[in-house]
Amino acid sequence: MIEKTGANPAALNPQNAAQCLAKRAATLASIRQYFAEQTVLEVETPLLGQYPVTDPQLENLRVDNPFVTSPDDVKYLYLATSPEYSMKQLLSLGSGSIYQITKAFRQDAPGRLHAMEFTMLEWYRLDYDMEALIDDVAALIHRLLPNIGVEKISYRDAFIRYAKVDPLIASSDELEAIVKQNIDVSFSHQSKDVWLDLLLTHCVEQNLGQKGMTFLFDYPASQSALARLGTDSDNKKIAKRFELYINGIELANGYHELNDAVEQRQRFEADNQLRLQTGQPAHEIDAGLAEALDRGLPNCAGVALGLDRLLLLL
Amino acid sequence: MGTYSTNEFKNGLKIIIEGDPCNIVDNEVVKPGKGQAFNRVRLKNLKTGRAWEKTFKSGESVEAADVMETNMEYLYCDDEFWYFMDPVTFEQVPASAAAIEEAKPFLKEQEKCIITLWNGAPLTVTLPNFVEIAVGETDPGLKGDTAQGATKPATLVTGAVVRVPLFIDEGEVLKIDTRTGEYVSRA
Repeated sequence: MIEKTGANPAALNPQNAAQCLAKRAATLASIRQYFAEQTVLEVETPLLGQYPVTDPQLENLRVDNPFVTSPDDVKYLYLATSPEYSMKQLLSLGSGSIYQITKAFRQDAPGRLHAMEFTMLEWYRLDYDMEALIDDVAALIHRLLPNIGVEKISYRDAFIRYAKVDPLIASSDELEAIVKQNIDVSFSHQSKDVWLDLLLTHCVEQNLGQKGMTFLFDYPASQSALARLGTDSDNKKIAKRFELYINGIELANGYHELNDAVEQRQRFEADNQLRLQTGQPAHEIDAGLAEALDRGLPNCAGVALGLDRLLLLL
Repeated sequence: MGTYSTNEFKNGLKIIIEGDPCNIVDNEVVKPGKGQAFNRVRLKNLKTGRAWEKTFKSGESVEAADVMETNMEYLYCDDEFWYFMDPVTFEQVPASAAAIEEAKPFLKEQEKCIITLWNGAPLTVTLPNFVEIAVGETDPGLKGDTAQGATKPATLVTGAVVRVPLFIDEGEVLKIDTRTGEYVSRA
């Protein structure tokens, strides 16, 4: 389905091609207009890199390096799963607030909402926190979908409402018991995050964004990825991370960006440990990102939005 | 016995779940952007006919079901089994009451059926979409009754009862759609 949004000629037909392309072009123009007004700078970063990501749930597509002349040369180059690391390098170099519309590549099984190649809008705002960035995302979406509602619900409250469990307190055994009351699953004894992901995709997501935008925020600390940690109103440890849903579809993922180089390295190490435990290869940390973290990432918040999925809704 | 990875899941693939052969009816990958991917699969148990949804962790392996489809001809039944024959090798296989349950009302001798074999034994018997079967019993049609679309019940020689037009008489051969169980025309 997402390949029918204008970026893939093979998915178009003469009946709708012109309309589809016009819609895509108008949407991109509207997005660029928004960021021009906000004086957020458009940038472009490389799609080919030397380092695959350490994220245990993401796998890069790779290509052979055709110019290997010595054993020191890298054998493979990796297509970017997102422009995040490159854009963080720019931020550390003093770019100010930036945005990019680019391709991203992932080894995802193709499906209704997944393709190995897709278009991503990613942006970073200097001196924004999670709450400010949520409002910024809502303002941009309102340009494209005027008058739709905006709902903000914490990850914790959404689970309590739709899955009848407190995700921050429940043990993995308790989560497993709840999953097994509702869903027939082929596996047992998983980490807490696997059960949370299962409840999110099977019980929670379909209820989100049914009246417009729903921002799901304050993720469990174990799912912080590259977000900084904080505490919620109940003094529980959470990650300053959010996702945007419309019509039950996950559209964007944002963070108040972690800029502590030491903590970031520890998270990459932990990612690699998890990769090794699940039989995946560990990956070296992206040297460019490491350099950026050492140089210092300014206080900022950033978000990635799947443009093809957004176009499906327009 | 082979296995399939969830990456190979597609509609029509036959796998073993809790010892029973099952058919994948629908397969959807769901994945939170930064989280674990799952395969949400709609399955049909080929022994019991039960359909339900089951979720697998993407990357898991599942036992493959050694299931094949073959064309066979129905011969006869004894008290326990219904016997089918491979028209090429003349090999005969007995099918259980459960296997022929769906086909039974329209199953007649010499009918060419599709047999789903699991480990060499018939699992299900599928009739051709259209079969021709004689009427065993029906009330005589009323002379002069011209009401459009009026029907009456007729019991076929195979045991099924179908609604037929009033002009159909006992002994006539009818064409039946086995998917709907409805009368189509005179054969």
